[in-house]
Amino acid sequence: MSCCAPGVEGSLDLERSGQGMPSAEELKLSARPLGEGLFQTDLSVPGVYCGACITTVEGALKKLPMVARARVNLSSKRVSVVWKDAVEGQQSDPTDIVRQIASTGYESHLFSMAGENGDEVRNQLLRAVAVAGFASANIMLLSVSVWSGAEAATRDMFHWISAGIAAPALIYAGRFFFLSAWKALRHGQTNMDVPISIGVFLSYFVSLWETLHHAEHAWFDATVMLLFFLLIGRTLDHMMRDRARSAITGLARLSPRGATVIASDGSRDYRPIEEIRPGDRLSVAAGDRIAVDGKVLFGVSDMDASVVNGESTPVSIKPGDLVQAGMLNLTGSLTVEATAAARDSFLAEMIGLMEAAEGGRARYRRIADRASQYYAPAVHLLAFLSFIGWGFIGGDWKHAMLIAVAVLIITCPCALGLAVPVVQVVAAGRLFQNGIMVKDGSAMERLAEIDSVYFDKTGTLTLGRPRLINRGEAGEAALTLAAGLAGHSRHPLSQALYRTVEGPVAAFDSVSEVPGAGVEARTETGLYRLGSRLFACGEAHDNASSRDQASSEVVLSLDGKELATFRFEDSLRPGAEQVVAGLQEHGIATGILSGDRAPVVQALAGKLGIADWNASLSPRDKAARLSEARERGRKTLMVGDGINDAPALSSAHVSMAPATAADVGRQAADFVFLREGLDAVPLALDVSRKAGQLIRQNFALAIGYNIIAVPIAILGYATPLIAALAMSSSSIIVVVNALRLNRIARVAQPEPQALKPSAPIGQGARLAS
Amino acid sequence: MSILVYLIPIALFLGGLGLAAFLWSLKSGQYDDLEGASWRMLDDGDDKPAD
Repeated sequence: MSCCAPGVEGSLDLERSGQGMPSAEELKLSARPLGEGLFQTDLSVPGVYCGACITTVEGALKKLPMVARARVNLSSKRVSVVWKDAVEGQQSDPTDIVRQIASTGYESHLFSMAGENGDEVRNQLLRAVAVAGFASANIMLLSVSVWSGAEAATRDMFHWISAGIAAPALIYAGRFFFLSAWKALRHGQTNMDVPISIGVFLSYFVSLWETLHHAEHAWFDATVMLLFFLLIGRTLDHMMRDRARSAITGLARLSPRGATVIASDGSRDYRPIEEIRPGDRLSVAAGDRIAVDGKVLFGVSDMDASVVNGESTPVSIKPGDLVQAGMLNLTGSLTVEATAAARDSFLAEMIGLMEAAEGGRARYRRIADRASQYYAPAVHLLAFLSFIGWGFIGGDWKHAMLIAVAVLIITCPCALGLAVPVVQVVAAGRLFQNGIMVKDGSAMERLAEIDSVYFDKTGTLTLGRPRLINRGEAGEAALTLAAGLAGHSRHPLSQALYRTVEGPVAAFDSVSEVPGAGVEARTETGLYRLGSRLFACGEAHDNASSRDQASSEVVLSLDGKELATFRFEDSLRPGAEQVVAGLQEHGIATGILSGDRAPVVQALAGKLGIADWNASLSPRDKAARLSEARERGRKTLMVGDGINDAPALSSAHVSMAPATAADVGRQAADFVFLREGLDAVPLALDVSRKAGQLIRQNFALAIGYNIIAVPIAILGYATPLIAALAMSSSSIIVVVNALRLNRIARVAQPEPQALKPSAPIGQGARLAS
Repeated sequence: MSILVYLIPIALFLGGLGLAAFLWSLKSGQYDDLEGASWRMLDDGDDKPAD
């Protein structure tokens, strides 16, 4: 008996697997190389909220020799760390960064959104907004002078200066609209940008013509202001657009590039995955992922099958068992006979499911697009009719042209263009403050429509961390003993047991792990064993009974005699019961789709009062359930976290994942919630529904404005002054209405705990687990 | 009205200066973290005496 506890490194590893921290592999793959051995990693740290947080996190990170720079962004609650690949010849381990942040008490998650940092289009749009704003302010200055009574030569000069300012501004700031309109026209289609571009061009050249002829009215200010408002709407809209994202790459990453094939003469050969044929014998070492589906020939081991069933508890594997591509071999080495080629294996099937699901999602049409589909032709028609009408009735075609331009300007969809994005940006900001990230604006539109919610079990309704439930019954003495043994094992239950004991634990020499069974230690008192009942007590009878139980157990024995039985249960996510009850109260159907065994799922469903539960589902089954629901006309929200949930997340109407989810799950989901509690689901639903109401109100306001303004324009009373007033006031009303969401959402969610930063994990998690 | 000959260019120049300042601040990343900047202003760094 030497030291009192296993090494520090081991315990940190335990912490990592308990908290769902990203692995070194994941961190390395997501890091952005900056050249010269420097890498940048962006982590989401949902707990930061004040100045002291910045100093704490940055200070701690800068203490690490491998960290070159660290900067916390408080607005987006991220920290970006630039780290060196190697320090003094030693390869550095990126998980140190995550551990260092965890040691300050803040939780961190890997959060990579493709192309978000270098969002060049956003910056281009912002620059265009600035230029348009500058031009419109200066032209307005001159226009106000004209409206106040500047006459003759002065007026002409002001008009000419306006024209001079407007021309470059229109070209620079308007290019987004012109290009998009041109693209649509070339394909024989029309979109919102076509009337905008025609309106801008026509009004500019008509104004120029009028200026040439010393006329009283010019529309330069209206033209540029129009672009200014539209660009604001476009910029906000761009920020809420779905960035091209796909979870498929993350899934493909799970597939090993090859496997070691054992030839008939016993020689070993590493072959690429495409060349592995059914019937080949593969050697799988502990820590390897299974490359293709197969049957175990020799060896016993524990297998992390979370790819298939989403469970954190490993499955024991013995000869004759079937394994599937993507599973991770944890403890023993195995010889596996391939039963399928890589393209027919489980992972390939998952990728196929994801492709189908992601293709299907692209079909959703955003509310703004649906509105503009009717709006654009209506506007064209109105302007054209007023041109023809005034031309034939009045006979003055030049005057008719001016009227048509006034109609185009007045009807230009400033308020309409702002109606949706402003609300969505405000709503997304509101959700972000409460720890929910929104991937794109249309997700909120879809969430507002749902009528049923399906939850995954492990990691979603529960935290995915086993918790000892019979501490008093087992006794502290046995617990200290067991924890000493458990510290030597990587099995999640052992780790949970080890974490339960806070004081010193018993120390053992010569501890060995028996793959697929447990750990044993030979001491002077006898042979201690910790593991399954079969392994610890040598009893063969209870295999079936323990499988039917809702909880999992670990037995401690001395020379085959049972000393204690430890029962574990996964702890419920905080607020799960209230959330499910609340959803049902609002008439939303709830269900569970789990890959776990039926008794466990049934027990949980009973506790939460969910009648519609399904157990032992494969990823394909889950996706199929959601497609079925869609065909029955239901709009479903899927909340899940595992790799096995990814196809379901993609095929649901809208989806949500916790930040602790597997990378693939986070990528596939529309919403990611960063806090522990499940109350993110009703909050997101609530805010999305309120946002939906405000969007409809905004449409009503924008249309109401048109009903008043268009007749004025058609009758020929719309002077540039009236146009300027009408356009800006309607836009401002829409924006102010959108800002009301802040107030509504605050009234709806008074719970102070939702606004508090999440508890520091170090100590808190230890107590909880 | 000859004063306009000076005033208009001056107005445009000052406006342009504002525009340039905005574009520069956008480019140098000053809008990336508005909330954090308001806290960093209050951070005095370490309080050790100077060497």
